[in-house]
Formats: sequence, structure tokens, C-alpha cells
Amino acid sequence: MAEGGLDLRVRQRGPIPLEAELACAPGEILALVGPSGSGKSSLLRCIAGLLTPREGRIVCGGETWLDTARGTDVPTPRRRIGLVFQSYALFPHLTALENVIEGLGHRSAGERRERALGLLRLVHLAGLEDRRPRQLSGGQQQRVAVARALARDPHALLLDEPFSAVDRSTRERLYGELAELRRDLRMPTILVTHDLDEATMLADRLCILSHGATLQTGTPLEVLQRPVSVAVARLVGLKNIFEGQVVAHDRSAGTTRLRWQGRDLAIALQEGFPPGSPVAWAIPAAGVLLLGPDAGARGPRDTAVACTIAALTTLGDQVRVALRVPGSGPASLFTAVPRHLAARYGLAEGRPLTLRLRGESIRLLPPDAGGQGPNVA
Amino acid sequence: MDWSAFALSLRLAVWTLAILLPVGIWAGRRLAWRRFPGQSLVEALLALPLVLPPTVLGYYLLTAFGGAAPLGRVYEALVGRPLMFTFEGLLLASLVVNLPFAIQPMQRAFEAIPIEVREAARCCGLSSWRILRRIELPLAWPGILSALVLTFAHTLGEFGVVLMVGGNIPGETRTVAIAIYDRVQAFDTHAAGIMAAVLLVVALAAIAASYGAAGNSGRRRG
Repeated sequence: MAEGGLDLRVRQRGPIPLEAELACAPGEILALVGPSGSGKSSLLRCIAGLLTPREGRIVCGGETWLDTARGTDVPTPRRRIGLVFQSYALFPHLTALENVIEGLGHRSAGERRERALGLLRLVHLAGLEDRRPRQLSGGQQQRVAVARALARDPHALLLDEPFSAVDRSTRERLYGELAELRRDLRMPTILVTHDLDEATMLADRLCILSHGATLQTGTPLEVLQRPVSVAVARLVGLKNIFEGQVVAHDRSAGTTRLRWQGRDLAIALQEGFPPGSPVAWAIPAAGVLLLGPDAGARGPRDTAVACTIAALTTLGDQVRVALRVPGSGPASLFTAVPRHLAARYGLAEGRPLTLRLRGESIRLLPPDAGGQGPNVA
Repeated sequence: MDWSAFALSLRLAVWTLAILLPVGIWAGRRLAWRRFPGQSLVEALLALPLVLPPTVLGYYLLTAFGGAAPLGRVYEALVGRPLMFTFEGLLLASLVVNLPFAIQPMQRAFEAIPIEVREAARCCGLSSWRILRRIELPLAWPGILSALVLTFAHTLGEFGVVLMVGGNIPGETRTVAIAIYDRVQAFDTHAAGIMAAVLLVVALAAIAASYGAAGNSGRRRG
């Protein structure tokens, strides 16, 4: 762990199951991503001291906030944290300025007002200091909440779904402001969100959570392109997840051969799975190309597969295409094409065509132990 | 007009308020925010004075205040005079009778403060005392005020329990409500009418003031 960063390890069986480990360096934004009920807000509450896990250790800025083995549990008011609540939780009877001043109790009385005014300027609220929360828009309330959180000079900044209560255009403006603000932030920042796009855009690293457990942590690119399990692949939105079997590795060609529904697929070498072993494999929609078998440049690891169009769904300017591959049972492959191309090529339900699976994009995963198993839609 | 009865009623109301204000804040917060075993039973007991006939409540208090009961005996041993038919006894009865009027509105007011707001206050590093003073009390203020007004008005008007445990001793236990009854019994309807009118005006003024204050703070807060 970097000096001054945040380091957390918590475990408990219930009432909210938690099994989590994470680290966040000073100046870094780590996004906790997972569906609702995955325990991400609970982890944030553990860091803030609003929830005490059965077992765990939380160290931040060199201070131990929690160590259940030694009986250490620093109460919330003595943890230097700034927490932005999903509902902002502003003090409704105080003005924006007074809200921020409440966070400045650790500073001398003389400098509080100046500092609070400075923080409100930082979040672009100069001139609105005397407004009460109900006289402010959602986006302005969020900015007051951020200013109040920063007022504590926190050793960790905790953001609990801070963008979920504002409309889309405000949200996009606030994204920009956070990106701007973070240049000045020297503390670790934990962003809780269920929105993968938001996390990918704002965070340096993602931590994928499910049922209170941290499943994978890495840069957005790592996690999106190389999920470590079927569960993570599903959580990052991959729809094309299937079962197959490793046939052989060819190190000289840099290729692994994968058997799927009686076909051999050539994919990038992934020696972690011995020949003969059952695996799950995943391919992003971008790796499923709807081109004629001879059209375009064919890569050495591409496989042509005959299929029929099972369903077309228009989503904005994209058309989502579900493809049925003969012999693969009810499982479907999904891809998306721009709407104008779908119209030009006359895509229609029931129409047979040939798709190309890009072997470069295929990622092998350990077979799913529990749960629903790969794609049986 | 029996001014001494009126003064006694006011004295009783002020003492009742002074004692029930901190008790109500403490109990209201506790009932609002912390679940504990037997909470329903405690809440039922606190609400009992609302539904019990005043004479029934008065009867039990009278029994408890008597020299034969532990409370009456201990009080007499400590203070040197009986609890029954004294101002102190009247005050104790008034506190019991007014518990629901004081605690329930305060409990509702504290319940209405979102938990995140209190958590945010802790995250701001505020001490429990500062959170109470700066966040909780201002937010719960309309409820606290209405509890105080209800208690005040109810103390002025309480009749049955006062008659049972206090009797009708001028300057000691004769409240204005008892005095009105006393005058009516003596066919002095003129005096009874004046006292009734004074009581009406005081009660109306208190309620109007509380509505005004609650309305103002409601408008300020929105």
C-alpha cells in the first residue's frame, strides 16, 4: 500500500455478508461497482465507521481506524473522512455556507468562514452561500455536499452514488467537475456506483463487487477486457458467455484451439487452461462481426460460423442482433450494428447469414461453478 | 375570580414543562432511533394515560401515594410529609398524565429526521452534544414546541386526576379547573364563567402561538 493510502480488509457472514479487500492510493479514484445489494455502500459505511464488520482492518493515512483483532474501532467523528451521501444529506435548516462550516470544526474559528467560502467557490457555488438546500437545484445540492465533505480536509473521500439523483445533463457536467477537481485532490477517493460507464469514465481502477465480495480489481481496460470469472464477465455486461473445451495450445503460432459446439475456434494463446479442460469463454459484442465469409480482411484467428437472426431490437441508433447458431441449443450470440447499416444490409428476423468470431477477442474463463452457467438465455 | 387557583395551575404547568422537556427529548430520541426489546410494551405504557379514564389513573396514583404503598412511605420518610393532597403529589400525577403528550410528538419529530442527516453530522466530525444542539433540536423544534403546548394546555385543563390525588385545598392543590367546578357547585356561575373564559383564552393563545411558530419554521425549511 502506498503511504497515506487506504487499505481495507473486512469479513462477516451476516447480516450483510462481506468478504472484501481493497487498497486505494492517495490521489487515486477507485470505483466500487456492482449491482444493488452487492455490498458496495456497506463497504463505504465500514470505512466511515457507520457500520462495524465482524472482522476486519481498515488503515487510512497511516492511522488504524479499525482492527477487530486488537479491539480498535475509531468512532466516525474522529475518522477524517468526507462522505457524499446519495441523498446528499445536507442539513436542511442551514444555508450552503453553514453546511460547509459544520465540516470545519477542526480549524480555528477565525478561518472557518474564509475556508468555507473558498470551498464553495471551488465547486462553482459562489453567490449561493446564503441559500438553504431546498432553494438549490439537485446539482447545486450535490456540489454543497462535495464542499462539505472536502471541508474536513479528509484523509479519504467517499462518494456514495453521488450522481444518481440528478438528471442526465447535470450529471455530465458534474462528471467534468469531478475530473477537474481531482487534480487538486491528494487523498484516496472511493466512488460507489452501479453504473459501469460512469466508473470507467471517472475511476483509475475498478473493483467489481458481488454479494459483498470483491471479485476483481484493476484498471477499467483490464477488467473489461480480461474479466477473471464468469461472474465478473456478466457484471461488466458481457452477454456472449459459453461453455467449451480446450483442445490444444500451439505456442509457436501463439494460438489456443477451443472446441465449441463441434467447431474448433482459434483464439489467442491462453495457456492457463490445460488441454482437455472444460472452460467458459466470453467474447464482447465487438468481436462478433456480421460480414460475409469472404468480405473484409480475414484474420488468422477468425472463425466463420453460419447462423440465423433470431431477434432484432432497436436501441437508439444501434440495433441489437441476437443470432442463433445451429447446434448450440437455445443459446444466442449477441452483437450490435449501427441502425443505418442494419437497414442497408436488410437484416431481418429469420434471415440466415454468416458471422465471424474474432479469436483475438475471445477470453477463456474458469467454468462457472455455481449459478446459472453460461449463456442459456 | 380565584387568582390563587389560577396561579397554582400556572405553577403546576411550568413545573410539568420544565421536567418533561428534558425527559421528552431523551425518551423521544431513544424511542425514535433505537429498537430495544420490550419497546412496544414501553410505548403502550406511555400511551396508557391517553385512553385510561382520569378517575382510574387517579385511583392508582392515590393508592401509590398513600402511606401504605412503598412510594408514599419512602417519600414520607425522606421529605417528612405525605405525598397525598400536596402540590408535589399533584406535580407527580401531572407528570405521569402528561407523559404521552410530551413524548409522542417529540418522538415523531425525531423520527422525521433522516438517518443520513445524523450520519452526515457524525461524518462532519461533530460531537454528540453539538449534533443535538445544532442539528437535531432545530430540526425537531416544531414537534418539541407542539409537545410543550399540548402539555401546558392539558395541565391547565386536567380535572379528574387532580381531584382524585389533590383534592381541593386552596393554595396547595386547588387548580383553576377544580375551582370552576367548585364555583358551579356553589351556584356562583359568574365566577365560574370568568375563570372558564380566562382558561379558554390562555389555551387558545398557546395553541395559536405554537401553530404560528411551527408554520414559520416550516416555511423557512420547506
